[in-house]
Amino acid sequence: MTSNIFFIILVTSAATFLSRFLGVVSAQNIKESSKIFRWFNCLAYSTLAALIARIVIFPSGLLSEVDYFVRVIVVVLSIGLFYITKKNLVYPTIFSAIILTLFNTYL
Amino acid sequence: MIDSKYFFKGFASIKGVRSPAIALGASFIAIGALLKNIGFTIQESIFSTFLTYALPGSLVMAESMIVGASLLNIFIAVWLVNARLYPMTVSLMPLLMHKSQPKWKYYLSCHFIAVSSWLIMKDNYDQINKKSRIDFWIGIGAATWSVAIISTVIGYFASDFLNREILIGLAIINPIYFTCMMVGAMKTIKISLSIILGTILGPAFYFISPEWCILFGGVTAGTIAFFIGEINDQ
Repeated sequence: MTSNIFFIILVTSAATFLSRFLGVVSAQNIKESSKIFRWFNCLAYSTLAALIARIVIFPSGLLSEVDYFVRVIVVVLSIGLFYITKKNLVYPTIFSAIILTLFNTYL
Repeated sequence: MIDSKYFFKGFASIKGVRSPAIALGASFIAIGALLKNIGFTIQESIFSTFLTYALPGSLVMAESMIVGASLLNIFIAVWLVNARLYPMTVSLMPLLMHKSQPKWKYYLSCHFIAVSSWLIMKDNYDQINKKSRIDFWIGIGAATWSVAIISTVIGYFASDFLNREILIGLAIINPIYFTCMMVGAMKTIKISLSIILGTILGPAFYFISPEWCILFGGVTAGTIAFFIGEINDQ
């Protein structure tokens, strides 16, 4: 089992580093003023947004035990707090954990 | 070799009201506890965060292990969920490249590319002169990576005290941090459209393929946003 875990970690990190490494190789010939750079910039933001939306809407693991509406309400309230606190990132994150736990326990 | 002034300037990004430390800490504490529960030793847990340093990848690794997936299947599943790192790297590195800087800095520091460090760099690069950006970036990366590793250790040892309610609370922190950072990044039509369309199409493609939805949804959304943005800029 131990050697098994060792190989699993190596495989996971190799699969992760591959995308980063190929990214640097490709970036060698890309200028920041080029069209392809602007396209990749859009792709980076859109894949990130897709990932985060997936985590919130179709979570795996513990978040899937929380009701869908509770998750969405917590996200909306947290974005509201983010603007109210002039784009402070500490308050909304702490607030979200507390309110999600409360909603999940008492609703 | 590395300009310490810019390195520490980057390192200081973990302080203050825009700090990623809480979000990173919360999620890697949860990872530490999860790794302990699926049978990792403390050394293996540290090794895992040290080498992978990408949250969704570590989660997929843990899930795959639980269902007894083969090494090849783990490789493919992790690659798919972390493939977003490719466009993230391509859209970051040209901003940091300077001919006076050695290439090894770029190949080594690309390991630090993760959502939080990337969003911080994207937010701040224009305030740093181009030659020093890579050192500033290494500072951000070293700081966020250290927080992740230390939090994994904390989570591992605290796992007995972390009940379900606490772990559920920890699990929402990271998506909320990312959501707020993304909302804050919506300054141009192109980026705003990329984010809004990605948010819609990512989950929509889930109905076609849960594994490929991030990649398909993301690429479709980003490409539409790019063309609309280009037409709008002309």
